Amino acid sequence: MRAAGTTRFRAAVMGTFATVLLLGATTACAEETPTTNPTGATAGTIKEGLKITFLPKQVNNPYFTTSDNGGKAAVEEFKGVYSETGPSDTSPSAQVSYINTLSQQGTDVIVVSANDKDAICGALNEARTAGAKVVTFDSDTKPECRDLFINQATADGIAKIQIKLISEAIGADGGEIAILSATANATNQNAWIEMMKTELAKPEYAKLKLVATVYGDDNDQKSFQEAQGLLSKYPNLKGIISPTTVGVAAAGRYLSGSAYKGKVQLTGLGTPNQMRSYVKDGTVKSFALWNPADLGYLAAYAAGALASGLISGKEGDKFKAGKLGEYTVGKDATVLLGDPFTFTSANIEQFNF
Amino acid sequence: MATEQSTAVDAPRGWGATLRSWDAVVILAVVLVAIVGSLTIDGVSSPRFWRFVTIEMIPIALIALPMTFVIITGEIDLSVASMLGLSATVMGQLWFLGVSSLPLLIAMCLLLGASLGAVNGTFVTVFGLPSLAVTIGTLALYRGLAYVVLGDRAVANYPVAWTRQVISPIPGTTIPWFIMVVVGLAVVFGVVLHATPIGRGLYAIGNNVDASSFSGINVARTKFWLFVITGMVSALAGVYWTLRFASARADNGVGLELSVVAAVLLGGVSIFGGRGGLVGVLAAVVLLGVLRNALQLAYVPANTLTIVTGSLLIASVVGPNIVAMARQRLRQRRSAAPPVAGA
Repeated sequence: MRAAGTTRFRAAVMGTFATVLLLGATTACAEETPTTNPTGATAGTIKEGLKITFLPKQVNNPYFTTSDNGGKAAVEEFKGVYSETGPSDTSPSAQVSYINTLSQQGTDVIVVSANDKDAICGALNEARTAGAKVVTFDSDTKPECRDLFINQATADGIAKIQIKLISEAIGADGGEIAILSATANATNQNAWIEMMKTELAKPEYAKLKLVATVYGDDNDQKSFQEAQGLLSKYPNLKGIISPTTVGVAAAGRYLSGSAYKGKVQLTGLGTPNQMRSYVKDGTVKSFALWNPADLGYLAAYAAGALASGLISGKEGDKFKAGKLGEYTVGKDATVLLGDPFTFTSANIEQFNF
Repeated sequence: MATEQSTAVDAPRGWGATLRSWDAVVILAVVLVAIVGSLTIDGVSSPRFWRFVTIEMIPIALIALPMTFVIITGEIDLSVASMLGLSATVMGQLWFLGVSSLPLLIAMCLLLGASLGAVNGTFVTVFGLPSLAVTIGTLALYRGLAYVVLGDRAVANYPVAWTRQVISPIPGTTIPWFIMVVVGLAVVFGVVLHATPIGRGLYAIGNNVDASSFSGINVARTKFWLFVITGMVSALAGVYWTLRFASARADNGVGLELSVVAAVLLGGVSIFGGRGGLVGVLAAVVLLGVLRNALQLAYVPANTLTIVTGSLLIASVVGPNIVAMARQRLRQRRSAAPPVAGA
């Protein structure tokens, strides 16, 4: 046993210490709670004061910062209350915790990019039972767990733009091309590659010949080595398509530092920040991706329309998405943003993600 | 210092006995956070808040039980989250391959967890390697194996009855029944640690390995079984994780080991071994869970949350040291004065 006086002192000190720390943390943050006062809506327009919260896969990720800022612009246009919250890592469990929080905060619409199509399902349905609407964007959940999915691009659209861009870059003479993919068993990559083959079979691309598909495993160094390997193995190679952001950046880095710069063309799915220097130094003429800001913008308008009862998510529902114009809900409660966006030296400076 | 004296003298008598340890400080912190949270943050007082907090805390609380034992003996097991992940993927793969009996799946996972723990235990006790190094190794190894089992696939088509039941509430409340499993295990662990020779042996090992060997404790065997039990409990947490998220993926529970170790240290267990108890640890699990969820409700961004948790952890390591120093000084002063009974 310890002396009573000592322990009392010890308890008092520790108690004060803990209290100050915890009180400081809780009260300081509670003041940030926003207040809202929703007002009624007129028929056909989005209600004012809707609380719309973006829950990206991860906060502080430039891609999602761009998409969520697009959403913010839209929410401000229809006078809603925008907020963004989310985990600092891309784990589904952390995202579930945020969904639970949002459902307790009485958010009208949760606009989420799912870290796991199954794992966050239960939490989303619990939030919907509590009255929230759920819109997914970028990465979908199972269809029964959300009201709408805003799809950035279809596999078909991606395949078409990749072949079109490489064909334009190589020119009318055509030649040998290769694909630098992610992992050999990545479902989406394989679907795109199949569609690209279908596209290549069309007469207008008769002069393009796909000679190899290699896998960089979405690992920067492996992708770099695979790109190098392609050029030593196929001396007549005219172009590389890398439909993955890691692969296309690694291939760009290899080509820009090699004698093949400007002679072997490169395109793929990339982000402007990763590709900027290769576009500027002439290694890459153009590459594709969707515009994340537009994706967020569309998701926000869809969220507003949904929460105002203008649409319910059934096929054929139409709604206006501000500057992007009118959209129609397709099969499985999905809205398609449109064709992929092409980045070139002319427009790349407008983007930062 | 005048304040020290007056605090000691002014405190009512009963409190001295009640608030005699770090345990009490952590419990008090939980109560304070709960009260302050209920008063200032919308939603903290609602039953749903406590439901969500409980669901989230369960895996951390589970693994914290054996982790407390391990750390008290002066070792550590950083592979717990990877064992959770590997069990989850194996459970998913077995279900995918047609094993449809839940008790059988659980039994196989527990067996797997025990084997994984035995590997850790063997390296630590037979080869005499430091557990920090061994379990950093198996942290990577087991996670790697989980990716071998499922790759980037997810197995998610479990019967709704299973996934719903694992978080279904105790009738009349919103609290999931699975907490009873945690409470049951906590009682068993608590009794073993605080009321049996085995428990006293664990403290002895943590305080002085050589002395405990000489006094007849089989240090190697004790540590070996602690790692095995840690593996089994991590596997159980893996089963819970899989059903609770209805998804077995190779990255299930990534980083959870840090939450567990944080809770154990915040709960007053010394990282050097030999000191601490289960009450403080469980209170710390609750504290971290409540604080996190309450701050989240108060619109605190993720980065700030990490800072708060980190500060708490540092406080938990620094705090007891400050106390020890203060006690030392008081004792020195008293040794000059009349001696204190029962010291």
